[in-house]
Amino acid sequence: MEQGLFLDLFYALRKHGIDVSIQEWLALMKALSLGLEKQSLTGFYHLSRSLLVKTEADFDSFDEAFLEIFGDLEVPIDLPEKLREWLSDPLRYEKLLSPDLVDKLRTLGLEELLKLFEQRLREQKEAHHGGSRWIGTGGTSPLGHSGYHPSGLRIGGPGHARRAIRVAEERRFRAYRHDRVLDTRQIKVALRRLRELRREGIEEELDIDATIEKTCRNAGELELVFRAPRINDVRLLLLMDVGGTMEPHAHLVERLFSAAFASRHLKDFRYYFFHNCVYAKLYQDEWLREPVSTLQVLREVDQRYKLVIVGDASMAPTELVSPWGALYRDEMNPTSGQEWLEKLAGHFSRSVWINPEPPGNWRWGTTAAIGRMFPMHHLSIDGLDGAVQTLVGARGAARAAAANLT
Amino acid sequence: MNEQFDLFHGTSRYIVSDALRDSVNVSVALGRPLLVRGEPGTGKTVLAENVAEALSMPLIRWFVKSTTKAADGLYVYDTVQRLHDSRFGDRDVGDIRQYIRFGPLGKAFRSGERVVLLIDEVDKADIEFPNDLLNELDEMRFVVTETGDEVVAVHRPIVVITSNNEKELPDAFLRRCVFHFIEFPGPDLMVRIVDVHHPRLPKKLMERALERFYWLRENCDLRKPPSTSELIDWIAALKRSGLGAGDLKGGDVPFLGTLIKKETDIEEAQSILGGKRKRKPGPDMSWR
Repeated sequence: MEQGLFLDLFYALRKHGIDVSIQEWLALMKALSLGLEKQSLTGFYHLSRSLLVKTEADFDSFDEAFLEIFGDLEVPIDLPEKLREWLSDPLRYEKLLSPDLVDKLRTLGLEELLKLFEQRLREQKEAHHGGSRWIGTGGTSPLGHSGYHPSGLRIGGPGHARRAIRVAEERRFRAYRHDRVLDTRQIKVALRRLRELRREGIEEELDIDATIEKTCRNAGELELVFRAPRINDVRLLLLMDVGGTMEPHAHLVERLFSAAFASRHLKDFRYYFFHNCVYAKLYQDEWLREPVSTLQVLREVDQRYKLVIVGDASMAPTELVSPWGALYRDEMNPTSGQEWLEKLAGHFSRSVWINPEPPGNWRWGTTAAIGRMFPMHHLSIDGLDGAVQTLVGARGAARAAAANLT
Repeated sequence: MNEQFDLFHGTSRYIVSDALRDSVNVSVALGRPLLVRGEPGTGKTVLAENVAEALSMPLIRWFVKSTTKAADGLYVYDTVQRLHDSRFGDRDVGDIRQYIRFGPLGKAFRSGERVVLLIDEVDKADIEFPNDLLNELDEMRFVVTETGDEVVAVHRPIVVITSNNEKELPDAFLRRCVFHFIEFPGPDLMVRIVDVHHPRLPKKLMERALERFYWLRENCDLRKPPSTSELIDWIAALKRSGLGAGDLKGGDVPFLGTLIKKETDIEEAQSILGGKRKRKPGPDMSWR
């Protein structure tokens, strides 16, 4: 019964996508047993957040979960005495774990116990249907519905609990959520993972191991060995859809572009614009005034480049599948957009399509068709991470690792 | 109440929020590294200095760079010097110990008293860097491979790690840390911070200055919004020039360059201040 309150928070956090590990959870238990929450709910709020949540992006989810468990509190209350009793036991988790687990703790190692604990938590989840809130009506709460007397149980001064709830209620960290915001800096961080290290260029770095090896073979006569420094070998080709239905997303695309543009770690970065779909021409400017031939671009960049197309992929079906289907009047396309896109997809070994529209809208129309040609990712932090993974993924990672070794 | 707890309350020159104070104390009590993240200019690095000062412990700094390796923090075996000595030297090259140079972490472990160890900008190094430190931070010991000597921490150092969020940190590393995100100070806390640096600032001037400052941060779409340190510089400039609260009225912000460092940002702020346009008229595509 007693673990109800804690486990509820644990589950609520998991439900809100914060994967609290057993290690972190036990750290919280230890902190509580040391009295680090200072007997106030505000203290508990800060303590649990600092131990369970490791990025400000999850603070908002934490607030939501915290509200779910403690939000019912309408009267000021501090962590009651009872809680202190449970935790002041010499064997700290005795009351939090069931007797057979405690026995096991005595006989098994910690590693083993952690595994059991996790398993137990999972099992409990099934049989734990609500009702065990701190103060609920469900009857399984440690304090009970009817037995609660605000004045009788309170330890500290009034108002502290409300304060923690209020902090949670404000949900000040909403702006830091990863699924919501995307600023240039975050995009840069995502793009920085685009890398494949390789030794290239002038041999100017002293290779100490090889030098020692050679010197030893040379009977102690010093012989210096140099090698080329490691550099990042990622080349990027960025194609951006502009105008029309992309207008609402322009500021996001702008940020992606400026982040890529500022990413000096790329070996080469090229970018072109198009409208709705790629045909025989790409444009060097977003007003589509300076065309270059798509074929010419393909001749200049080989398959070592990684192709990133940004667009909403939604257009009239004819724009995609019909010859002469282009909407843009200057665009004379005897070849359909689909064929052009297939040509692009075939030219590069790694390519992604980044779509600013929410993934829920991708199942229909031209978006679905294009999604079959290019791995499609959402223009969000999580989506970009996925895109970068697709671009450097397993094959790239293996190569990078190999380059690291040399 | 555990007497080990509640050691840190900030210092006379460094004001902390309750949450940050608690985080520091939790990290000290649990012996877990404190990971601090926050906007540039919110005092992440200075925190470690002030923890050291408040607890009167020596501070060992480790400034991480893109080329820093985890092993550098433990020790460096100066092979080149030894190689050199073997040819020209007058030292006994058989004694490897004299070629072992301890890094910040090694020094912190070997120190005779408890120290505060600052690992600054941990995210600048390679992505694997934090993971490589896990074992040493957990066990508080390491072995010098070349000599077989084991270095065991005499006192568990208080570890403060700062990150600018340039790289994602590995989960295994994060799980071991106490995490604190330094929020940008709100007006109430900011008044106390400014007060530390500019005591006896006229109330009216403080109000006006903060009002202007927060207005700039919120209303202009700046690439690098002014931070606390810029605010403090700006107020210093206002004081020096003898300007008062009355000069902060209307659209003009004197010494704008003290607050805003980027040229494009200055232009942006000036155009909004000058009232030429209220907000950006839709997405700006002039970024090429």
